Amino acid sequence: MERITIDPVTRLEGHGKIEIFLDPDGEVANAYFQIPELRGFERFCVGRPVEEMPTLTNRICGVCPEAHHMAAAKAADAVYHVDPPRAGKLLRELLYSAFYVTDHTTHFYALGGPDFVVGPDAPAAERNILGVLAKVGMEVGGKVIEARRNGHHVIEMIGGRKIHPATAVPGGMTQGITEEQRAEIEKIGRWSIEFAQFSLGIFDQIVLGNDAYKEMVLSDGYTHRTYYMGMVDPNNKINFYDGKVSIMSPDGERVGTYAPAEYRDWIAEHVEPWTYLKFPYLKKVGWKGFVDGTDSGVYCATPLSRLNVADGMATPLAQAAYERFYETLAPKPESGGKRIVHHRLATHWARLIEMLYAAERMVELATDPEITSPNVRTLPTEKPTEGVGTVEAPRGTLTHHYWTDERGILTAVNLVVGTTNNYAPMAMSVKKAAQSLIHKGTIVHQGLLNRVEMAFRLYDPCFGCATHSLPGEMPLQVAIRNSDGEVIELLKQNC
Amino acid sequence: MSAAAGSNGKTAAAAKPKLAIFGAASCGGCDVAIVNIHEHIVDVANAFDIVLWPTVMDGKYSDIEAMADHEITITLVSGSMRTDETVHLAKLLRRKSKFVVSFGSCASEGCIPGLANLSSRKEILDTAYSTTSTDNPDGIRPIWEFQAPEGVLHLPEFEPVLRTLDQVVDVDYTIPGCPPESNQIWAALEAVVKALNGTGPLPPKGAVLGAGESTVCDECARKRDVKKISKFVRVQQVAHFDPEICLLEQGLPCNGPATRNGCGALCPAVSAPCIGCYGAAEGVIDYGARLMAAYASVVEAMKPEEIDKVLDGIPDPAGQFYRFSLAGSLLRSGRSAWQNDGE
Repeated sequence: MERITIDPVTRLEGHGKIEIFLDPDGEVANAYFQIPELRGFERFCVGRPVEEMPTLTNRICGVCPEAHHMAAAKAADAVYHVDPPRAGKLLRELLYSAFYVTDHTTHFYALGGPDFVVGPDAPAAERNILGVLAKVGMEVGGKVIEARRNGHHVIEMIGGRKIHPATAVPGGMTQGITEEQRAEIEKIGRWSIEFAQFSLGIFDQIVLGNDAYKEMVLSDGYTHRTYYMGMVDPNNKINFYDGKVSIMSPDGERVGTYAPAEYRDWIAEHVEPWTYLKFPYLKKVGWKGFVDGTDSGVYCATPLSRLNVADGMATPLAQAAYERFYETLAPKPESGGKRIVHHRLATHWARLIEMLYAAERMVELATDPEITSPNVRTLPTEKPTEGVGTVEAPRGTLTHHYWTDERGILTAVNLVVGTTNNYAPMAMSVKKAAQSLIHKGTIVHQGLLNRVEMAFRLYDPCFGCATHSLPGEMPLQVAIRNSDGEVIELLKQNC
Repeated sequence: MSAAAGSNGKTAAAAKPKLAIFGAASCGGCDVAIVNIHEHIVDVANAFDIVLWPTVMDGKYSDIEAMADHEITITLVSGSMRTDETVHLAKLLRRKSKFVVSFGSCASEGCIPGLANLSSRKEILDTAYSTTSTDNPDGIRPIWEFQAPEGVLHLPEFEPVLRTLDQVVDVDYTIPGCPPESNQIWAALEAVVKALNGTGPLPPKGAVLGAGESTVCDECARKRDVKKISKFVRVQQVAHFDPEICLLEQGLPCNGPATRNGCGALCPAVSAPCIGCYGAAEGVIDYGARLMAAYASVVEAMKPEEIDKVLDGIPDPAGQFYRFSLAGSLLRSGRSAWQNDGE
């Protein structure tokens, strides 16, 4: 058996490693995508007071601590059977919306976007934020820096810190915001709407205006027909902070919509001995291995998934962008159900539509008459027991589930984190890229790396949650082995 | 960043001091904090030839392996030592670097993931692969060398305990914080650039950079009356904390008295207690012992039942006193468990 190792890591732990085995005919026999790290939060959080979980679980991921902060606070609310006052929930969602604008900005301009903006055929060394700046100009670069600075400023105003916020506690928030802060946040929100529209304009101009890019978006190599997951409000519109989790079939049929506390009826996690990360799948469909289609429980939870699951966006500008997205990529439903886009590269576009929604939502929240209310916390009166908290993290549905004793000390913890949802689809994308580029032992070297890299980046994989690398910058090493197990090719990138 | 460094021409780049930024087992927050120095990132790219920053830019480990010893001027290491691979890379970078900086809480004291040292490796793995939503009837665990049908697959070994960087290699400087505040990162890097230019002093070995020399209390705006308290409270027990009075004097266990300043006392400013992420204050040998002493000095309790009442407000002493510092503490949880394999 021939073997190709794409080792995102030579000896570097914590990133990811791909092993591709070839059969005696030189065709791909199998591909393994390994995550080589674990930290063990589910164990060492046991024994800790539940009110500390929003700050302890921040440290799962420094890229999306806001998501863990909110999921933990919501789980702690549920443990104490307490509903925060409306102003407390609005403030949490306002912080979270600012975070979404910031996070999606980082991904589009610095991490995933370079593939498109600079071009998929550009040398890898140019496909980074500096390459983007060279192409779009320093003026745009200044805007990107301003967007990130603005977002972190709002996060710090409400959460106390730019990274690893401190203010969400069981029952609400530690304190509210002043009118002065509110006015500044509103201003930043309005600026963010313009910035999101500007970013959609760049996408239009560079990607949609280029037939070669468009063709690539629509190509089979980047298409997977899986189930989709995302959080929706009562009108089936996308919501990041609260709602029910909805599942859409590859054919556009709504399979079901469940309250987060029922997650175990809907998903389970599969274990493989060759990796530290688990593979969530739809329990009712079952784990059938790394395959797509209606019979496989593999699902995807990304910006594209959320658009596919939702009937639309809850804000006007984002709704218009949503309509345009489907009119362009899937004007008609395939089988009488909802319009679904299976082209994975369209995830970048979907991300910008979500950025626009988050910016519009910031302004809605910042102009809500109750947002400066000091009444941001409800004291629990009931005994703590068990609770589930779910938010939509940028990289997928995030669930925290806690059990405590009567003092509120954790006795068990279960976490299903964002990126994990997409582990199986990512593994499949890798295999597909390999299969399309390796035939009869002939390997398209740089093409393979590019394809694998792009296949990863669209998921915005954040193995900070699972391991530690920043989204989109996964170092890769591909080892290709023959049927005797000898390395015949070793391809490297970022390592 | 490599493009920026390269745009100044090869000769200029070669003359610049080399900088490596490496993340071991971490959350990535330290890298985000570095990116958050915003425009100054260009100054960093101008001042240094960035030879490695795998989370943000291109860079090859094979190039590092090929370098002469001490060829890298400064290496910043964030993250803790969790697998045999991280340990290997930390040792490699130590050998190739003149100065190694322990960057952030994970590298310096173990941080929150260091609480894993309260459990054995078996308990951690058993928990992770048998949670309530895990479908694992055969009790599968990750295997360092797994024989797949097509060949052997290797995983880095999850070590019996988590270790800090200085438990593995010699460390020259420490930049504390979880993560370090971006203004402090820039201040520390600027001082280093000056030292390299010969326009500023080189900090003495072992120095803590990018932080103060006293405690969080010293930069906290809240008022202290040296008032005694009869009990500790938990945040969910009190509807409202006075925004101007010391949180500890209102009964909330705040870690300010033992924690190094430098963050700007951000958490108490938003009515959240200091959780201790900047590590031990200057001169403090053991963080937990100092915090216990600080708490003892504010508590008014003479009778056993009064003492019990006080302790009820601190239901998790290990977490309260060693939340960030367990792995690196005097308890040497790291070292002893390592020696005993923890199982």
